[in-house]
Amino acid sequence: MADPMRIRANMVDGKVEVKVLMAHEMETGQRKDSKGATIPAWFIQSVTASHNGKTVLDAQWGPAVSKNPFLSFRFAGGKPGEKVSVTWTDNKGEKRTDEATIS
Amino acid sequence: MTAMPNLEQNIVNPLSHETEEENTMSMNRRHFLKGTSGATVMALAASAGLLGAGAAEASTWNENAFKAKNLNETVKALGGQTATESKDITITSPDIAENGAVVPVSVSSKLANVESMSILVEKNPNSLAASFNIPQGTEAFVSTRVKMGQTSNVHAVVKAGGQYYYATKEIKVTLGGCGG
Repeated sequence: MADPMRIRANMVDGKVEVKVLMAHEMETGQRKDSKGATIPAWFIQSVTASHNGKTVLDAQWGPAVSKNPFLSFRFAGGKPGEKVSVTWTDNKGEKRTDEATIS
Repeated sequence: MTAMPNLEQNIVNPLSHETEEENTMSMNRRHFLKGTSGATVMALAASAGLLGAGAAEASTWNENAFKAKNLNETVKALGGQTATESKDITITSPDIAENGAVVPVSVSSKLANVESMSILVEKNPNSLAASFNIPQGTEAFVSTRVKMGQTSNVHAVVKAGGQYYYATKEIKVTLGGCGG
């Protein structure tokens, strides 16, 4: 099971600023181990953020996103106390969803 | 690319299919050959890692876009024809990135009706790093961190009102992050 994401959602100038830090190897599939065998790719392919059941950001990633990915974005229409949830899915089909309260 | 400095030495991946035993190797080979034509086998082998076991499951993942090698190919794979250069797209990043494995890149746009934003690194093995759909109500701004193998132009491709626009910024890398 993957480690939880760290999510912060703060009101900034009337919008909700979301910052997410995910725990993931983001292996490119281009590297070799010490024996010269290619290390298989393992990376987050899709990220979806939603607020009150509405998708506020939807991303597709390749292996060129850095290890332990960081993501930040802003959306309108959120209020303090409401929840923002973020889900990622990697190329092995593993998923993780975490939630944060807007403050 | 294979000789990139390895930031984490001695990686042991228990999920690696590849062992030195020939049996396992030939099993893998058969697995590859199944369902692919001979002509694509080399290409598959080259990007074997990219086509990991779960790749087929994520059906919405735009595999072609992530295989594209340059700006034009990527724009086409994303569904556009050509992209027009635009001054209304801003790429915020350091001019010189010390560590190519972690290069902070932000993209924002003043264009109206932004639908999607993508970040491309021209000289990476595959250009497209990340693509974001921006629904209404979400600001045309994303910030993330990408890997860069070497000093390269970074493009931001923005789809706005059905048209594709791009902006370019060169980021110098002192330590490659492709292998890291």
